[in-house]
Amino acid sequence: MAVLIDLVLLSMLALTALRIIFLKDLFAVVMLFGIYSFLSALIFINLDAVDVAFTEAAVGAGISTVLMLSTLALTGRKEKESKHSSILPFLVVTVTGAALIYGTIDMPPFGDANNPIHQHVAPRYIEQSPVEVGLPNMVTSVLASYRGFDTLGETVVVFAAMIGVLTLLSVRRKEDDEAPDSGLKSHRVLHVVAKIIIPFVILFALYVQFHGDYGPGGGFQAGVIAAAAIILYALVFGLPMALRVISPKFLQILAPLGVLLYASVGIYSMFMGGNFLDYNKLAHDPVHGQHYGIIIIELGVGITVFAVMLSIFYAFASQAERRNVS
Amino acid sequence: MFFLDILSGVLLLVGVFFGFTGALGLFRFPDFFTRVHAASVTESIASILILTGLMLQTQFDLNTAKLIFILLFLMITSPTASHALAKSARHGGLLSIPESKKKKENS
Amino acid sequence: MSFILDYYNYWVVVFLMMTGFYIVISANNLVKKIAGLNIFQTSVFMLYISMGKVTGGTAPIVVEGVELYSNPLPHVLILTAIVVGVATTSVGLALIIRIKRAYGTVEENEFKNSDDAI
Repeated sequence: MAVLIDLVLLSMLALTALRIIFLKDLFAVVMLFGIYSFLSALIFINLDAVDVAFTEAAVGAGISTVLMLSTLALTGRKEKESKHSSILPFLVVTVTGAALIYGTIDMPPFGDANNPIHQHVAPRYIEQSPVEVGLPNMVTSVLASYRGFDTLGETVVVFAAMIGVLTLLSVRRKEDDEAPDSGLKSHRVLHVVAKIIIPFVILFALYVQFHGDYGPGGGFQAGVIAAAAIILYALVFGLPMALRVISPKFLQILAPLGVLLYASVGIYSMFMGGNFLDYNKLAHDPVHGQHYGIIIIELGVGITVFAVMLSIFYAFASQAERRNVS
Repeated sequence: MFFLDILSGVLLLVGVFFGFTGALGLFRFPDFFTRVHAASVTESIASILILTGLMLQTQFDLNTAKLIFILLFLMITSPTASHALAKSARHGGLLSIPESKKKKENS
Repeated sequence: MSFILDYYNYWVVVFLMMTGFYIVISANNLVKKIAGLNIFQTSVFMLYISMGKVTGGTAPIVVEGVELYSNPLPHVLILTAIVVGVATTSVGLALIIRIKRAYGTVEENEFKNSDDAI
């Protein structure tokens, strides 16, 4: 049954991607891209990657759609007819694709438990991580403990992306009377429902943050969900209101704070006589130490991702609003 | 248990049927507002039926509670989303078919 | 039939990758190029997750009485890659906004000409 679902969903994904090629309306492209993200999240669930699916649904369908739409608000929604012939790209793609398809024949069959990928590091993670780290969710154990360095690097990359966006586009706080009239301002129903929903979304983000050790979730997902709550607020009540609730300055402090929190756990474990990010040294009992370490670094990740996603959104949205004013 | 299984199967099937008709309506209906109507009405009934069907499959533990919460939030958010869509379309100046016909006759 | 089932996932991955590649090299509009890039990216995610799947396994969260789990390692790599991916995409989109402001267009062939004019 799972195989059948897999086949159908993958075919739908392929069709969605194919449709994107021929669309000239970029608004529809972005919407289809959101559908594409949701479909891939479903496929990830079907392939047992629940954490990944969670992230894809929150990030791919939520944040990137909003960012692309706010870019479209500035660049226009129509793609112009191209004068180039599309034969050469098509040829290149066909040849490359044929070569890759030929290459897949040498790959180990899908889903076989004897594949090389399952023979090396993975058995150690699956057998030892519940004992060594003491968490049921292996993805969190690997993410935060075994591959802690890697995750620190990723968090720094996310932080660097925020710096990049903020140097390219600045967030400017505007006077209220300048603020454009959002089409959603007169939307009583939306206001009421958003007011009811947003606290629950933030609560859910906290649940995902702190329950990530036991179920799907963790800092990355929680940060994105919390950012999505504030983005919803900004979309419904207007950007100036959101800027008043959480100011960009505050976010610019929060983002490095998360990275520093993460790194300081590493430094602290060095002071306690271990290696960088060696959580075993954080408490007398190594497993307790792992627990403390993982909770703190996940919190650091969550804070950074939240601050980065939200300030990127602020940067994009304030560009769009400024254009509306002028 | 046997009875519950049959009941949940029936609920799931009817839910899938409504979901399917919603999708059909989305494709076949003539203008934006009828399409929103088709999608939203069938979506709410389909989600109620499917989630209830799934609830009957659980052991009435934490998972049931989670499904109830999902249902609750869907009941709040999906009509709101349809409402917001339709209202934004009005705000943007989109007319329903009879209205645009009338406009044509007047002009 | 089992041959198809064994490789279907990889073929779809290759198809998606080539779709994204095609959009990147053939589209003129920069926003569409970014969408193509994202499709390419997702196909790589799909490849990793497909490789991590074990038939009959469950999600890598320890449950009493379950012996077979899918491989958690690709999940970790891809989870972080998705978040990093949206961060880098946003940098790309920010660049597009600046390009629009500097050249007045986001169509590739158009601002090439205005570059020549300078």
